[in-house]
Amino acid sequence: MKFLGLIFANLFRKKLRLVLTIGSFAVALVLFTFLAVVKSAFSRGTEIAGADRLVVVSRIGLTQLMPISHRDKILTIPGVKAVTHNHWFGGVYQDEKNFFPQFVIDPENQRKVMTELVVPDDQWNNFLKDRMGAIAGARTAARFHWKIGDRIPIKTTLYGGGSSEFNLDGIYHSERPGGDESQFWLQWKYFDENAPAPVKSTAGWYVVKLNSPDDAVSVAKAIDEKFANSSFETKSETESAFAAGFAKQFGNIELLILTIGGVVFFTLLLVTGNTMAISVRERVGELAVLKAIGFSGRAVLFFVLAESVVIALVGGILGLTLAYLLIPVIGIALTGLLPPLMLSKSLLTLGVGFALVVGVISGLLPGIGAMRMRVVNALRRV
Amino acid sequence: MIRVDGSGKSNALIQVRGLDKTYRRGGEEIQVLQRLNLDVDKGDFVGFMGPSGSGKTTLLNLLGGLDVPTHGSITVASDEITNMSSNKLTQWRARHVGFIFQMYNLIPVLTAFQNVELPLLLTKLSKSERRKHVETALSVVGLAERMNHYPRQLSGGQEQRVAIARAIVADPTFLLCDEPTGDLDRKSADEIMELIHRLVKEYGKTVLMVTHDPVVAKRADLTLHLEKGLLVESGQLGVTAGGVA
Ligand SMILES: Nc1ncnc2c1ncn2[C@@H]1O[C@H](COP(=O)(O)OP(=O)(O)OP(=O)(O)O)[C@@H](O)[C@H]1O
Ligand SMILES: [Mg+2]
Repeated sequence: MKFLGLIFANLFRKKLRLVLTIGSFAVALVLFTFLAVVKSAFSRGTEIAGADRLVVVSRIGLTQLMPISHRDKILTIPGVKAVTHNHWFGGVYQDEKNFFPQFVIDPENQRKVMTELVVPDDQWNNFLKDRMGAIAGARTAARFHWKIGDRIPIKTTLYGGGSSEFNLDGIYHSERPGGDESQFWLQWKYFDENAPAPVKSTAGWYVVKLNSPDDAVSVAKAIDEKFANSSFETKSETESAFAAGFAKQFGNIELLILTIGGVVFFTLLLVTGNTMAISVRERVGELAVLKAIGFSGRAVLFFVLAESVVIALVGGILGLTLAYLLIPVIGIALTGLLPPLMLSKSLLTLGVGFALVVGVISGLLPGIGAMRMRVVNALRRV
Repeated sequence: MIRVDGSGKSNALIQVRGLDKTYRRGGEEIQVLQRLNLDVDKGDFVGFMGPSGSGKTTLLNLLGGLDVPTHGSITVASDEITNMSSNKLTQWRARHVGFIFQMYNLIPVLTAFQNVELPLLLTKLSKSERRKHVETALSVVGLAERMNHYPRQLSGGQEQRVAIARAIVADPTFLLCDEPTGDLDRKSADEIMELIHRLVKEYGKTVLMVTHDPVVAKRADLTLHLEKGLLVESGQLGVTAGGVA
């Protein structure tokens, strides 16, 4: 490419300006990537949810309990393969800020329904035998440096309070990338024995495994019809619909993030657009000379665009590299507060695309101006 | 032969017939050139003089295909450039015109070599061929050893010599110089004029040059004066103001 010399010479015309422009791209890209990662963390629940699973909660609300007897009734519905029931166990490990979700599970059926959350058989068997047993997700275990055999003290705030020590019998991994590895599972039997009367023999929610994802709508309807007009009506939906509804509880995060992202985008556009406009304006004379020599208007547009795109790509890639290094650190600092942050390949591609779009748009306006500029007028000004 | 009465041979290199240029500023019309005729043969060296605002730059811009006339035609080597689309005209400029400006107009971020190479980037020449041409052009202007210098590292006279090398490197049909010595001291101006003179005499270049300086104008084969929108030969002001309508 014989024009490279010209493009690079122009790029390095004002070094400080070049550095600042690249810097604003880098900063914007770090912010952009961070926002995108947070957004995808919140929506990941819906993306990774099993298509062949239903979540059944009380029609009145998520916190309302249902009788444990629902379980056998759900099992009779055609299309249902397995049912497990969970409870929310709002315990505190050492300090409030060490939050991780704690579920009381039904050991007999948990593995039949949550098939992607895998525990080695020997660990699982120890757990089954241990009424004070617990299984932790790999992420939570790593976060607190737990090893199998550790005793984990948990203070409960729900169901009467008090503190208990659980034995860490096993650690589960998610076979699905991006799956939730932060949960902490406890034995339903132990929980039920100690629960106060209104909580005894209840479930917080049921998770239903289907024979086929195609049955999701009909089975959900059948379940809700079965309990219609009883004192414990249900609301069944697919796991992804449930996860989406759950994420909404945090407020409209998507809108918030899109708004901030939009502001970042336009700020960057204005900054770089202005820089490019200045940089073109201060050399109209030179661009006019190029045109006088015989460079076409399109060639001049190409030079301006090439400059802004190179700046965008260098700044963008720098920003993405920074984000790539920073996000794991931020992620650790925010554990418990946010779902795990993952910088995926598609997000990196999106970031490069974002930088490119800004680069092209900000070069386009001054570039078109330079393309259309009349040589004689520009030469008169020099 | 240089003629201003529109009676030049039909094989003149440059033929200008009935050239009008009118600028419109607000509601007011300024007639800068009025039915101007000019014939220039290959190897001629023409000087243009005239008061400021008489339209010298306007004329050069029209001859160089940078601007279009209101009326009239310009034919260069049998190509009528006044009929060309602006894309065509751009390509035509690259092949046929070498521009030399008063303010040199070099690209400050490029070295002398890279500045001179610019017109060659529009050709199909290979890198090594381009290098050969650039080195030749720079040695013609006596700056071969300065080729890696940037414009700010050169004196005004040297910058103008680089600009001349840039103008001749692609071997254009003719050179247009708009006050090439206007920004130089006497000595540098003499050197530049010596160089342009050599381009005409030794290399057979055709040169059309605007100048305010009578000493500089003397170098030309013939100096024409621009008055009231027409060209007249010196000494016969107003006499040949006619020509073919
Ligand atoms: N784009 C334009 N719009 C309006 N008027 C113009 C334009 N360009 C030139 N003119 C006018 O045309 C006239 C001729 O200008 P031109 O630059 O050709 O003169 P010149 O002989 O080169 O003068 P100088 O010796 O000062 O360089 C001037 O009156 C000028 O103001
Ligand atoms: Mg002028």
